[in-house]
Amino acid sequence: MSSSFPSVSALTLLPFVGGIAVLLLGRAGRPAARLTAVIFATAAVAYTLLLWSRFQPALPGMQMQEMHPWEPAIGLAYHVGLDGLSLLMLAVSSIVVLMAMGASWSNPKQGPAYFCLLLFLETGLFGTFTALNFLHWFLFWELSLIPAFFMIRLWGGPGRARAATQFFVYTMVGSITLLLAFLALFLASGSFDFVELTQMAQTGQLAAAIGQNLHWHQWDSGHITMFLFCGAFLGFAVKTPVVPFHGWLASAYSEAAPETTMALTGALSKMGVYGFLRILLPIFPEQMWRARTVLLWLAIATIVLPAFTAWAQTDLKRMFAYSSINHLGYCLLGIVAVTGSTGAEASQVSAKAAALTGVMLQLFSHAITAAALFWFVALLARRSGRVTGLNDFGGLRRAMPVFSGLMGITLFASLGLPGLIGFPGEFLIFKGVFPLDWWAAALALLGLLMTAVFLLTLVQRVFSGPLRERWAAMTDLTLAERCMLAPPIVVMFAVGLYPQVISGMVHGAVTQFVGLVRY
Amino acid sequence: MLAWTIYLSLIGAVAVTLTPEKSPVVARLTALLTTIAGLGIAIAAVAHEPSGQMTTIVRVPWMPRLGIEYHLAADGISLVLVLLTGIAAVAGVLFSWNVERRVKDFFALYLLLIGAVYGVFLSFDLFLLFVFYELAIIPKYFLIAIWGSTRREYAAMKLVLYSFAGSALVLAGMVAAYVVSGERTLSLETLAHFPFPAHFQMWAFPLVFVGFAVLAGMWPFHTWAPTGHAAAPTAASMLLAGVVMKLGAYGCLRVAMMLFPRGLDPWGFHVLGFGSWQEVFAALAVIGIVYGASIALVQKDLKFVVGYSSVSHMGFVLLGLMTLNQIGLSGAVYQMFSHGIIAGLLFAVVGRMVYDRTHTRDLGELSRIPLGRLIPFAAVTFVLAFMASIGLPGFSGFIAELEVLIGSWRAFPWMAWIAGLGILIGIAFSWRALQATFFGEPTTTPEQVLPPITLPERLGACLLLASTIVLGLYPRVLMNLILPSLNGPLFEQLRRGDWR
Repeated sequence: MSSSFPSVSALTLLPFVGGIAVLLLGRAGRPAARLTAVIFATAAVAYTLLLWSRFQPALPGMQMQEMHPWEPAIGLAYHVGLDGLSLLMLAVSSIVVLMAMGASWSNPKQGPAYFCLLLFLETGLFGTFTALNFLHWFLFWELSLIPAFFMIRLWGGPGRARAATQFFVYTMVGSITLLLAFLALFLASGSFDFVELTQMAQTGQLAAAIGQNLHWHQWDSGHITMFLFCGAFLGFAVKTPVVPFHGWLASAYSEAAPETTMALTGALSKMGVYGFLRILLPIFPEQMWRARTVLLWLAIATIVLPAFTAWAQTDLKRMFAYSSINHLGYCLLGIVAVTGSTGAEASQVSAKAAALTGVMLQLFSHAITAAALFWFVALLARRSGRVTGLNDFGGLRRAMPVFSGLMGITLFASLGLPGLIGFPGEFLIFKGVFPLDWWAAALALLGLLMTAVFLLTLVQRVFSGPLRERWAAMTDLTLAERCMLAPPIVVMFAVGLYPQVISGMVHGAVTQFVGLVRY
Repeated sequence: MLAWTIYLSLIGAVAVTLTPEKSPVVARLTALLTTIAGLGIAIAAVAHEPSGQMTTIVRVPWMPRLGIEYHLAADGISLVLVLLTGIAAVAGVLFSWNVERRVKDFFALYLLLIGAVYGVFLSFDLFLLFVFYELAIIPKYFLIAIWGSTRREYAAMKLVLYSFAGSALVLAGMVAAYVVSGERTLSLETLAHFPFPAHFQMWAFPLVFVGFAVLAGMWPFHTWAPTGHAAAPTAASMLLAGVVMKLGAYGCLRVAMMLFPRGLDPWGFHVLGFGSWQEVFAALAVIGIVYGASIALVQKDLKFVVGYSSVSHMGFVLLGLMTLNQIGLSGAVYQMFSHGIIAGLLFAVVGRMVYDRTHTRDLGELSRIPLGRLIPFAAVTFVLAFMASIGLPGFSGFIAELEVLIGSWRAFPWMAWIAGLGILIGIAFSWRALQATFFGEPTTTPEQVLPPITLPERLGACLLLASTIVLGLYPRVLMNLILPSLNGPLFEQLRRGDWR
């Protein structure tokens, strides 16, 4: 791989080619198609790991950049590049897509078309996580919505029509406000390039350009920028989602087939958090700082309220859906906490670095655990005939000891038990946030507590107690399923015990973000 | 060379009438070859003349005593629209392969319409332009009245009356320009540089603009459009929405705005908060965007949904024109092209693929037929057309709407937000139509068999889809034609201080 080889574009293109291949092989039947899909998804994982090995974490800025003019009249350029954050997200998406394929492997309903859409979705994700020009990025941001939408719409449960529509409309509202905000930024600055906009924001040129070029009524540039920030914020807040913009999530996650939800929660939801880190934090640092209190409260709400809601759910899918909001809330908390406060003292900087490293770890761990949890739901639903109620089971550990054991590990990982993948992320976020905003961290602890409560409730109701007649004949995981589930479980332990794998790689990116927000 | 697009179409129209009555295939093939030749010439012209500067093709005196010339020329904007006409014409023939009744007459009128449309886009003499503009109205009437469906006589008559009313305004403005300039010429090139008195432009501009905007579907003069589109046979709806509405928008830009740019200046006083024709027409455009989309949201007839969506999308063209800055205007021209392709595609799916097979356009009835399973090709095409129509990135509509939005951000920020709302409603109605047509929940599953999608339909759909995707991903093809024209000498008077 020479330095001129467009490695990032090739990665983005790989699943797309795979999708086309699957489509063409579709006539040859499901086995051939799914095998091709898995080969391409595995190749994507391998390629991501290869890029990871070639990536130099110590260097600041973007690596492996490719830049080509596209349409200068509207500021459109082909610009891709990688930093630690992008690379982490690439790894997350490729792994989650492969897991989702593993889950769909033996679901006869999900035929070639499904695998094709999943691969297209992967291309959308790769594009979103590597593009550095707003329009180029927006292309992938929007197009990744389409496969996700059809996966919900065509393979979902009985309420799928409504769920898919809700998902689509919510996201589109956010996308339009985001687009309008960026068009105004382009009008003021003449650039759609994230790197350029970040530099302009850091040097204060952006504010000056907005003051000079946008004259709306008698608003000063601060107000206009705040208005644009709100537009952009809405786009990411819907996608993540941030309470109160989460209305679409529970029905989308529970109506979609659990295999689809794996991709939605594992990879697609990361697009919102990625937007916070790549766009809002660097380009609107002052606005993030001004809106800090509000954002902190939103983060707390996103952590605490869904945790309570999850407790009240009687369906596994809905419970995990709310738990997913809660977990991404910690990311939001970490991101908001590092904004503002002018201090450049060593203690503050290290606290911010800890919080952001925690955010990155949390992104990774949530992807793996949430995807794995929905995988278990898929396995359970296939055996129980689509029954996923919390109170419908009991004593499963006697009928399916391996299943219960592995799902138990995942639940504890999700809970943040030390030694498992969830712990380092949450620990670092709290470690970083406490010195910055002790009250927010204290309130957020309530969410942590509730997570423990509802997950243990689940363990008790599903795995313990008397085994019902109805489920006595339930078969445990087959050998193939065990083999497919083994790698994610191993990753949960490995990263839990040795989080440096991730934190070392994102170190450069974290340092850079901390430097950016020293507003 | 480019003039042959007109001549070939007219020759083709005659040739079709001479084909033997017994074999309609010959008539179809003649029409197809004629339109393909036109498209070939258009593509060659675009490839050959990438600079977008105005080039004269023919210029001979016609009525020397009046100073009227037969003057055909093309600049980048003309080329863009000629290219659109070429693509739409070929697709229209492919989608009317199943016309069985009076095939020869149908294609003769069809080619006459195409020839007239090419003529409008290539005329650089105002009188000649007007002649072609009027010539286009006649075949439209017969195409709808003879081969149409729902309330066809009413729709055809309404369309013609609206067109003539608009033409009357244009004619009045044209005569006034001739008299006031005193140059004894109707050459657009000369008049574009003639400094008409400001007070004259102040009333001549709205007169001519409204005259043309009627045909562009400007609210509140849009009502001919949905009824006309719904009644017309598929190819005619495709041309009507795809190309004929562009005649109006083209006239607005080429005649009203190019000749009377001072008419857009502030009045110096305010009426109901409006201080210039620019603001008035921009407001009408934005109302059209939101109104068209909202009405489309509650229609029961699938063709009416698409018909009203055209009103909404043409609102973007008019809004872009009224921004009076480079990016907004280029967006307006881009949207003319993009909407031409996408509307053609939508009408093709709705009229040809769905209606001709199921014989119903009622959303409720369609939702009970498992169309997605019966004709999957149509479902995929409609999904892609739906994505293009709502302006998803990667399709030409995105580039166009993006530019119009940037332009209106600069000119009237609050209108950008209302237009954004219009896009959202657009998503809602498109989704509703898609949902009912292809993703309905069939209550009963009658073992219905629909005729399979034919080869001409596949070719036509691929042609239109390829156009919108290529131009969505590679906008430079058209931008290189549009921008130099807008920055050329013809629009010198239109460019203002904040032209960017």
